[in-house]
Amino acid sequence: MEYKEILSEAVGTLSVNKLRTGLAVLGIVIGIGSVIALVSLGQASQQMIQSQIESLGSNLLTVQPGAVTQGGVRGAAGGRTSLTLDDAKAIVSSSEITTVKNVSPEVERRTQITTGGNNTNTEIIGVTAAYTEVHKVTIASGNFITQRDVESMTKVAVLGPSVVSDLFGEGANPIGQTVRISGKTFDIVGVTTSKGGTGFMNQDDRIYVPLTTAQKQLFGMNYLSSIALEAVSPEVMTDAQNQVGYFLLARHNLSDPTKADFMIISQQDILNTASTATEIFTALLSGIAAISLLVGGIGIMNIMLVTVTERTREIGLRKALGAKKRVIIMQFLTESIILTFTGGVIGIILGIISSYLIAKSLNFSFVISLSSILLAFVVSAGIGIIFGWYPARKASNLQPIEALRYE
Amino acid sequence: MIKVSHLTKIYQMGALETTALSDVSFTVNKGEFVAIMGPSGSGKSTLMHILGALDLPTSGEYVLDGANVEKLTEDELAEIRNSKIGFIFQAYNLLPRTTAMQNVMLPMMYAGIPKKDRLKTARKFLENVGLGDRLTYTSNQLSGGQQQRVAIARALVLNPSILLADEPTGNIAMTQAQEIMAIFEKLNRDGHTIVMITHEHEIAQHAQRIIHLRDGRIVEDNHNHRQKRAKT
Repeated sequence: MEYKEILSEAVGTLSVNKLRTGLAVLGIVIGIGSVIALVSLGQASQQMIQSQIESLGSNLLTVQPGAVTQGGVRGAAGGRTSLTLDDAKAIVSSSEITTVKNVSPEVERRTQITTGGNNTNTEIIGVTAAYTEVHKVTIASGNFITQRDVESMTKVAVLGPSVVSDLFGEGANPIGQTVRISGKTFDIVGVTTSKGGTGFMNQDDRIYVPLTTAQKQLFGMNYLSSIALEAVSPEVMTDAQNQVGYFLLARHNLSDPTKADFMIISQQDILNTASTATEIFTALLSGIAAISLLVGGIGIMNIMLVTVTERTREIGLRKALGAKKRVIIMQFLTESIILTFTGGVIGIILGIISSYLIAKSLNFSFVISLSSILLAFVVSAGIGIIFGWYPARKASNLQPIEALRYE
Repeated sequence: MIKVSHLTKIYQMGALETTALSDVSFTVNKGEFVAIMGPSGSGKSTLMHILGALDLPTSGEYVLDGANVEKLTEDELAEIRNSKIGFIFQAYNLLPRTTAMQNVMLPMMYAGIPKKDRLKTARKFLENVGLGDRLTYTSNQLSGGQQQRVAIARALVLNPSILLADEPTGNIAMTQAQEIMAIFEKLNRDGHTIVMITHEHEIAQHAQRIIHLRDGRIVEDNHNHRQKRAKT
């Protein structure tokens, strides 16, 4: 018998038994679709977490003043006034420091701010133009603080989205309006895009003003709260830490590193935490994929076992009419392949559509990976074909009369 | 044509051994119409299944058209069932939800006959059993008698050496049974060899020869002097 004949017989049998065919296809669709949707959902949340962590600035080093030690009593870190804008400028112009890309000197303090009838308490950060680069801050509307603002000590402010909604209401456009900080009026020139709250640090609840304005007009100080540095790449973080460390020691005329009046905190620590989180997530994802593959696979196995075992009598009849074993097995194998491929393609499409819809409704990014589609398809199709073929082979090994009598 | 010698079939069910056939020997010649009778449990169905190559004997010899059936390979048995034997079941055994034409075409497909010829031949054989107007009816749309006539057309379609019928009228109303017997008589007159199982005396009377089985043995094997003709 030609293969074309077997194929048309298989298609014929499938189209005659619509309910049975429909159920088998449905089983495979659900098996494959759910794996794809679940894995996609997991990958989307993994990506979300990663981008949240990266939004802190991934190659970030922070130089902070050391603790004040008076008569043997060590105060809180950052209490000293040892870091200055000149330090920051020297790091930028130094030829010894090759691994630092951007330098952002910063001062910060919490203050009450008001506008019209509203007021709120928020973090005021004095920055230079380099801040956006180092901390990966982007502007939603208007402009950020410019170099000219810093040089000419203008009274302009850039608001975080939380501050905007606190003072002006959700979705309002505050650009062109003013805000009063410590009794001084600032023009609002820009709003940053939301980064979301990470941990207990809400990066959206902030107001950025020019560094010089903050130092001279708001806080009345000439030192810095910190200098944030962006390393060229994650690989040179340690080098950058050492270069900046020795450079500042020399600049502050200190020879003993243990007596340093500053400390450098590396983003590496945060990165380590991040990669642990990512590893846990990857394990969780593999678990979800494995369980849904197992559940889907068992579903497919059941429906194939039931439908093919139910057809033992039909196999007996076909043998009684002169079908050879090979022909019967070929027919059932062909039917299983058609079922699993039809179900597989529909399942892939439905899986992609449903993960897209879930991502949309949860405001997640839509991620779909070829490997999860391939894994779901290969495993499910394999199970479908094996359990379509195996009971058919078993039945075709029986004497025709035994198969015909099968209950 | 058919020659069985010392045929024995023992069923093993757990520790229990049941002897369905013991030492059965007989010959059926070309053109004969033989009825096999016996009470239930006499082994007549077992004998029929062995004659139809649907089952193999425990011991003994079965020669069909000069070939020792019990020594054939599985594929050779499939070919014998396909081309030399036309088997009619009590329960018709048509494919469900499948048209009369498709059912009749099935053995021809396994014989490798081209589709065009299959359609022509199937139509001719269905017309011969009086179902020319039911070609595209599916099995469940046909009455019992009509289904059995489709099964007869299916059994005949490859012009087998022998037609085996296992209680062909067992599930059918009497008037329709008469129609089936008329078809058998006509086939026999046209030269077909027929072996039929029945427990109904009336049906057996249509045969030329009646073999009685009891407890797996032949107890009587007589020429039927009062062969009956179906009312047509």
